[in-house]
Amino acid sequence: MPGIHYIYPAYEVARNQNRCISCRACQQQCANEVHHYDQELKMMVSQDDNCVNCQRCVSLCPTRALKIEPTTNAFKKNHNWQQNKIEEIYRQAATGGVLLSSMGNPEDFPVYWDKILINASQVTNPSIDPLREPMEGVTFLGKKSVEIKRGPNGKIITKTAPQLKLNVPILFSAMSYGSISYNAHESLARAAEALGTFYNTGEGGLHQDFYRYDKNTIVQVASGRFGVHPEYLNAAAAIEIKMGQGAKPGIGGHLPGEKINAEVSRTRMIPEGTDAISPAPHHDIYSIEDLHQLVHSLKEATNYEKPVIVKIAAVHNVAAIASGIARSGADIIAIDGFRGGTGAAPTRIRDNVGIPIELALAAVDKRLRDEGIRNNISLVIGGSVRSSADVIKAIALGADAVYIASAALIALGCHLCRACQVGKCNWGIATQRADLVRRLNPDIGYQRLVNLVHAWEHEIMEMMGGMGINAIESLRGNRLMLRGVGLSEKELEILGIKHAGE
Amino acid sequence: MIREGQERIPAGCAISGVVSHDGRPISGGEMIRSIATMHDRSNGLGGGFAGYGIYPKHRDEYALHLIFDDEAARLRGERFLLDHFEVQESGVIPTKKHKNITSEPLIWRYFAKPRPDKLAVSQLDEKEFVVRATFAINGTIEGAYVFSSGKNMGVFKAVGYPEDVGEFYRLDEYEGLVWTAHGRYPTNTPGWWGGAHPFALLDSTIVHNGEISSYDANRRFIEMFGYACTLLTDTEVITYILDFLTRRQGLTLTEASKVIAAPFWEKIELMEKEEREELTYLRSMFPSLLITGPFSILYGFSGGLMALNDRLKLRSMVVGEGKSRTYISSEECAIRVLEEDVKIWSPVGGEPVIITTGQRGN
Repeated sequence: MPGIHYIYPAYEVARNQNRCISCRACQQQCANEVHHYDQELKMMVSQDDNCVNCQRCVSLCPTRALKIEPTTNAFKKNHNWQQNKIEEIYRQAATGGVLLSSMGNPEDFPVYWDKILINASQVTNPSIDPLREPMEGVTFLGKKSVEIKRGPNGKIITKTAPQLKLNVPILFSAMSYGSISYNAHESLARAAEALGTFYNTGEGGLHQDFYRYDKNTIVQVASGRFGVHPEYLNAAAAIEIKMGQGAKPGIGGHLPGEKINAEVSRTRMIPEGTDAISPAPHHDIYSIEDLHQLVHSLKEATNYEKPVIVKIAAVHNVAAIASGIARSGADIIAIDGFRGGTGAAPTRIRDNVGIPIELALAAVDKRLRDEGIRNNISLVIGGSVRSSADVIKAIALGADAVYIASAALIALGCHLCRACQVGKCNWGIATQRADLVRRLNPDIGYQRLVNLVHAWEHEIMEMMGGMGINAIESLRGNRLMLRGVGLSEKELEILGIKHAGE
Repeated sequence: MIREGQERIPAGCAISGVVSHDGRPISGGEMIRSIATMHDRSNGLGGGFAGYGIYPKHRDEYALHLIFDDEAARLRGERFLLDHFEVQESGVIPTKKHKNITSEPLIWRYFAKPRPDKLAVSQLDEKEFVVRATFAINGTIEGAYVFSSGKNMGVFKAVGYPEDVGEFYRLDEYEGLVWTAHGRYPTNTPGWWGGAHPFALLDSTIVHNGEISSYDANRRFIEMFGYACTLLTDTEVITYILDFLTRRQGLTLTEASKVIAAPFWEKIELMEKEEREELTYLRSMFPSLLITGPFSILYGFSGGLMALNDRLKLRSMVVGEGKSRTYISSEECAIRVLEEDVKIWSPVGGEPVIITTGQRGN
């Protein structure tokens, strides 16, 4: 039925014609071709259908003439058949396709971070002033052995399992070259180096130019094995086996062919323009004992010098799975919550599969302690950590460090328009189009990432000092420093915290 | 009434300790005089003492001090003891009625050794056997509580001001080479004797002034290794941490103090290679046993004391070197009252001061 527009555009470009000077900046900036100059009307006009609300034109308009407004057009109100549900049916009825989305689950599920409050010292012990006293954020990730071995001279033998040393307990999470641009990767790599932390290649291999950041690089081995070879494994400080991702537990990665240009193709070792779809499982891991073998194969390939991370999505029985991983020889577990971002995922999976990271973290930390193996493995969580307060809460619940990715992209300009899969990111982040990638200047991008993490670090120190804690390790798993508000007994029990007032 | 273990109760405190270097024993009465000078640092809700070398006739047996809520609890507790130990001698701990010490439980003392058959079956060494028996009684036998379990030493504690507690236990009748004492200022009103300090495990005792901010991080880690923190107090968790690091992992006291009051990284970076590697190792392998927040502790062991302040020195503690004794206390007055002519100095935060009967502190 051509000609019928079942879906009204979600956004309307509100252009203040009194302010618009027809400079056409918006037109040049919009890869979605929303704006153009009408010669007859002698004014800028908009094709609202194309707008994804990425805010690029709004941010670049020199006269502040633009706003993007959600449409007021609405279907008849229905608490069961919400408008987006109806629209999705129209879409699927038209195409017969799986709905695709990107970035994290935006639906109205509880955000437990926002229902947890942090303690501070009063009277009985002093708070510590970070402006006047040292505050320590150094974190080591890796197996911690409590057994002391001594040499013949009685000195402690100080050799340990491989460790990652972080100056701040924040790492940049996996985002592949392909899903994000060369300039985005360069920004992350340089920021990780400047901050004394790590960035993660994701599953798309590692561009040759970035091998020089090896001391701050975590390379990923995912089910598609894109770009995995011995030099790649050895161009890193640690290796991450990606078993799952919070945005799409149970399925593999998906990079549309539009984003596979020559450089991405070479890095991934796949033909140009083909969809890069990694298998749902690793076809050499059908059970926990297989994981054990892959962990040791990777260690063998890298001379047992690098910690191996196993990344899983937070799913229902995450605690038992984590316990298995802790006995697999892995050094670090990364758990990704259901709010975690992605460059492309089936909408239904993104919005309905997995569990909140706060609950997964609390359950895993408790299980590992109950089994007496928490020190065998470090715990890194992500999906999603949005602020320094979330970092404090995650560490107090039991995480050793946190992964951030959406927050990092936001620092680079991302406005969470959730259209990465289209490959036309106007901010030069989730795109491979050379003209768009150029918009992200890595000199500025890396500085913004450094600024963000420094700002969080200051806030973390301020809050730690308030609690009378001057080293991050004394916050780790220190759940007495947290209280819940508006949570049920069951939620408090799972989080292992008391209610405010208790 | 809420007891220790049902709620975490912060407390301020007074601590005092003394070591004799010339083999001449020190009367418990002297320790009473010392801690009494710091009356204002306590609020009558807990006081206690630990004396070392006080049971020379029973030096090879574990001196188990227990409190019982009632006769039924005593019978339950004694059945357990007889099942697991050869009790050489038992009896009520001598006390005298004191107007300020009321509602006392039954207070008993057993000189005992693990039963060889039970010990063999357990496949544990003797000390671990005693530790597990202590945890079993405190955790599972209602109304019974072991508050002292070392050899040739003993803990005496109660709800009250420490000087009254000392008189109640007739401590002037005991002589030892090492003593510690504690007066408590809890911010709540627990009425339970087991919650007073020192806290003891085997011959290790801790008296502590402070409120650590790392408590739950420390507790949740040490509980992985079989230490049940039932009292929710700093003193309890610090005792377990030191037991774990020294007795079970074989660290020296100095090494253990570098775990719990680790030097700042910026200091470690400046150290010579060997020391830097060792401290980096200890700090990175035992991160969850770092203790932050204010503390001053006296760790008593057979033959000596270790004094340790938190690394920022957020609590007062001074050392006094006398003619043939070394004293440590929260306040100088508690030292001067026993010996006027002493050299007073203040330990640096995070630096352990280890004093043994044979050697003065550094």
